[in-house]
Amino acid sequence: MTGTSPPLSAPFDVGFDYTRTLGPVLGPFATALRDGRVLGIRGTDRRVHVPVVEFDPVTGDALDELVEVSDFGTVVTWTWQSRPSEGQPLDRSFAWAMIRLDGADTPLLHAVDTGSAEAMWTGMRVRIRWADERSGSITDIACFVPADSATASEPEAPAAASDAAPVTTVVTPIHLHLRHSASAQESDYLRALEQGRLLAQRCTECDKVYIPPRGACPTCGVPTTEPVELPDTGTVTTFCIVNVPFLGQRIAPPYVAAYILLDGADIAFLHLVLGCDAAHVRMGMRVRAVWKPREDWSTTMENIDHFAPTGEPDAADETYAHHL
Amino acid sequence: MAGQLVAVLGSGQTHHASKRTDVSIAGLCREAVDRALADADLDFADVDAVVLGKAPDLFEGVMMPELHLADALGANGKPLMRVHTAGSVGGSTANVAASLVQGGAHRRVLAVAFEKQSESNAMWALSIAPPFTMPVGAGAGGYFAPHVRAYIRRSGAPDHIGAVVAAKDRRNGALNPYAHLRENDVSVDSVLETQMLWDPIRFAETCPSSDGACAVVLGDEATADRAARRPAWVHATAMRTEPTTFSGRDHVNPQAGQAAARALWSQAGITDPMSEVDVAEIYVPFSWFEPMWLENLGFAEPDSGWKVTEAGDTALDGRLPVNPSGGVLSSNPIGASGMLRFAEAAMQVSGRAGDHQVDGARTALGHAYGGGSQYFSMWLVGSDKPGGTR
Amino acid sequence: MAVPDVAVVGFAEAPNLRAADATTNGVEMLVPLFEQVLDELSMTRHDIGFWCSGSSDYLAGRAFSFIAAIDAIGAVPPINESHVEMDAAWALYEAWVKLRTGEVDTALVYGFGKSSAGDLRRTLALQLDPYSVAPLWPDSVTIAALQARLGLETGMWTEREMAEVSARSLRDGATNPLAQRGHATDADALLAEPTLADPLRAYDCAPITDGASVVVLAAADRARELRRDPAWITGMAHRTESGTLTARDLTRSSSTQDCSKAAGTDGVAVAELHAPFSHQDIVLRRALGLGDAVSVSPSGGALCGNPMFSAGLSRIGHAARHVLDGRAEKVLGHATSGPALQQNLVCVMEGGN
Repeated sequence: MTGTSPPLSAPFDVGFDYTRTLGPVLGPFATALRDGRVLGIRGTDRRVHVPVVEFDPVTGDALDELVEVSDFGTVVTWTWQSRPSEGQPLDRSFAWAMIRLDGADTPLLHAVDTGSAEAMWTGMRVRIRWADERSGSITDIACFVPADSATASEPEAPAAASDAAPVTTVVTPIHLHLRHSASAQESDYLRALEQGRLLAQRCTECDKVYIPPRGACPTCGVPTTEPVELPDTGTVTTFCIVNVPFLGQRIAPPYVAAYILLDGADIAFLHLVLGCDAAHVRMGMRVRAVWKPREDWSTTMENIDHFAPTGEPDAADETYAHHL
Repeated sequence: MAGQLVAVLGSGQTHHASKRTDVSIAGLCREAVDRALADADLDFADVDAVVLGKAPDLFEGVMMPELHLADALGANGKPLMRVHTAGSVGGSTANVAASLVQGGAHRRVLAVAFEKQSESNAMWALSIAPPFTMPVGAGAGGYFAPHVRAYIRRSGAPDHIGAVVAAKDRRNGALNPYAHLRENDVSVDSVLETQMLWDPIRFAETCPSSDGACAVVLGDEATADRAARRPAWVHATAMRTEPTTFSGRDHVNPQAGQAAARALWSQAGITDPMSEVDVAEIYVPFSWFEPMWLENLGFAEPDSGWKVTEAGDTALDGRLPVNPSGGVLSSNPIGASGMLRFAEAAMQVSGRAGDHQVDGARTALGHAYGGGSQYFSMWLVGSDKPGGTR
Repeated sequence: MAVPDVAVVGFAEAPNLRAADATTNGVEMLVPLFEQVLDELSMTRHDIGFWCSGSSDYLAGRAFSFIAAIDAIGAVPPINESHVEMDAAWALYEAWVKLRTGEVDTALVYGFGKSSAGDLRRTLALQLDPYSVAPLWPDSVTIAALQARLGLETGMWTEREMAEVSARSLRDGATNPLAQRGHATDADALLAEPTLADPLRAYDCAPITDGASVVVLAAADRARELRRDPAWITGMAHRTESGTLTARDLTRSSSTQDCSKAAGTDGVAVAELHAPFSHQDIVLRRALGLGDAVSVSPSGGALCGNPMFSAGLSRIGHAARHVLDGRAEKVLGHATSGPALQQNLVCVMEGGN
């Protein structure tokens, strides 16, 4: 039966700095931001949209008439962010507002730095506070400030050299923080791994032995339940030799990624085969787990450093042919 | 085929490249959409509904990008759906769009699929290892290479068959003005000389990573009957799914692909695909999948697909030209790759395939697969209206 | 060619939980739901002609996260299947169309999401314009609060009206054993609470919810075999509005209004609305033209549990139950997707034959 301890979970961060290409409309908008200016674009209905849009929000027509607008504007609506989160424009409490810049017909969404919600009101006049360093991104606008505030007397944004190359791409970091949970069945298996045991489970409907065990047997749709201890010996069903390096890779190539069918299991899993020349790994090769030192064990299949050849004769085709 | 008749009125695609640095995501999609509408001689006002397909949102870092793309797709005020069935999604998107017409929900539907892989890195996105898992994954190539090995062993195919496919598809790609790779000097020997990336898969036997988009415009019978140019009638569609792994699963010749093919041939009234289908656009991201899918689809007996390839039957002038467009091996904007297969099939039967047109093609297969060879989607299109009237 | 009539014949919903003991692939939530809904109809999974689901990779932080959910089905032999990266209400639309083609006569639709795995409100910023808005990371509550104030300051609604929506929902939620929250309260008590994102108070916002739901559809005679009183779908429509948030009139929902016309909502007795924020309930009721006689979201609605990617499907299921149980003749279920009600779907169901 599945254990009574709660399922295992662990932090799981997923992040990438995306490189966005901008094209003929967003590119000039980004270039202008870098140079301390704001561009809008005229829509089919003559409205000026800020930020620019490539395609008309009503008709879908491709737009191309760029117009410069002011860096002063009026708050159309707002809300208060009392605890800023990662990536937001300010690291202290601030207002989010839709701001219609003078010369624009649709508002821009950005932050307003007023110190307190009491100082925010719809209809208030605000102006852009430019970021000290600008690269051609919406974050070149550090935030907005009240138009009549002391900070509004900051010097104008210095114009960038006119011969600076146009901005064509923008880098957008996207980093998310999740908590990954294992299923109850997988948790039992992982806790057994911590003790150096390979714990599979049998599906009571089809009698197949799954390792890792499953929250649902994929052929029957019911959880696997009956525990089955497996030995750490098995057969290589098939494999590939990974020669290609890639971002995020945690094992240095070249390495053999092989499907291992443990003795007594009804499904193979992927692991590493080392301990012989990659060219000598064969379908049907008999292998045994090489465990990391006991003090390094935790709730992971990485406790098994790799599988190595046992030296036995290869398994007969029919013992694994149905697992390819 | 079930429901009301549906036809492809037009299709369009972008020039595919490893980095389309001249356009945004919306601009990329729109390039394909504008070409498809022009090909169909329609404009946005004629479109009743839009279906967008793409592979994982993590590729571009935009959650449900159809929301942002509504303006670029001319979808405002209209129904807009987003399909995601892994690598088969481009095909599934076309099939869902077809069903909207077949089910009588809409008369003219625009289906769009894209991927802008250069915004991130597909190998990264496909190899994210969550906690507790063994970080052995090495992208799509690492996933499929062991199954290719199993095929080679099981079928007894000679080692060079993969190279035959790669050389053929790349040379076909040279005839396709939109293809990412256009290499007319590739030979079997030159493929065999390239590096083993995921042994047994060599560099030249793998698809490129592309930015690109594809769009098709589908219409009901009345619209198709009035069309100025010959439409491609949809004779059958099929989609089948099985779990990624299960005990006893055949990864080389998956049940789901066989089941989808059986459903497709049965709907279309086809009893001998090899003699009744004139051209096939099959999703072949790694060269060995051509013989594997020939068997899975029923064009060849199990373990003998490689003989069809080796005999030259899948060449542009062969019995069953496969991937005259150059296929996925010549362009692979993942989310759009399936729709490109479907669109190219339609182009063949409506005589619009240009330099890679197969003479006299009247019946064509579009095929896509995804996930761990577990999602299959296909359609069969023809020059003739189903039921035999021309 | 006659298009077959299609009906909802079954519905099951997982408990709406702040954090479920479950993986992000939904398997643990889905397995008991499939069993429950199929048992109730005396069906097995092999009787289902078409499967369609809705979910999001971004909730799981992984590419292709929906693939593992297939395990919950037991999809051997292979199934006829599709997936939308949207609320599963749109999967229901796809399934409804599939049944109308005549290719199949039953379909099972499911949605699932484990919002608690990540920081949902922050993740949803990735739905916004990726060039000009998303890089600032405005969260989903922020976007709704900007919309709420627009309506307040243009006289479209009042804080008291918003509080009345929340109070009604919380009272109704107390009667729904699967709801995440619900208790006896009134508008005065709620107005005394502090703001979360001015002008929104916590009760104006749907809670973060893990969950899943399942709806079974059947066509014509098959529906009548499976259920004495199927909930016949007599109208269904969905529409999107512009992806440029700031170019839309956020105080109205033109897309819902268009859906209402297309689906024929006149005379509904019950309307289950997918309104994750209290003011959106007001926007939707107006767009649908619902009078005071209509019972709105008697399940407690999204304010008492908003499992992303299944909440809209659940609204259709909850509405259908009133017909399946013979308590109402005509009902509607509504679903929304995207920031500030960008996309909307309306499904009208009726009893009788």
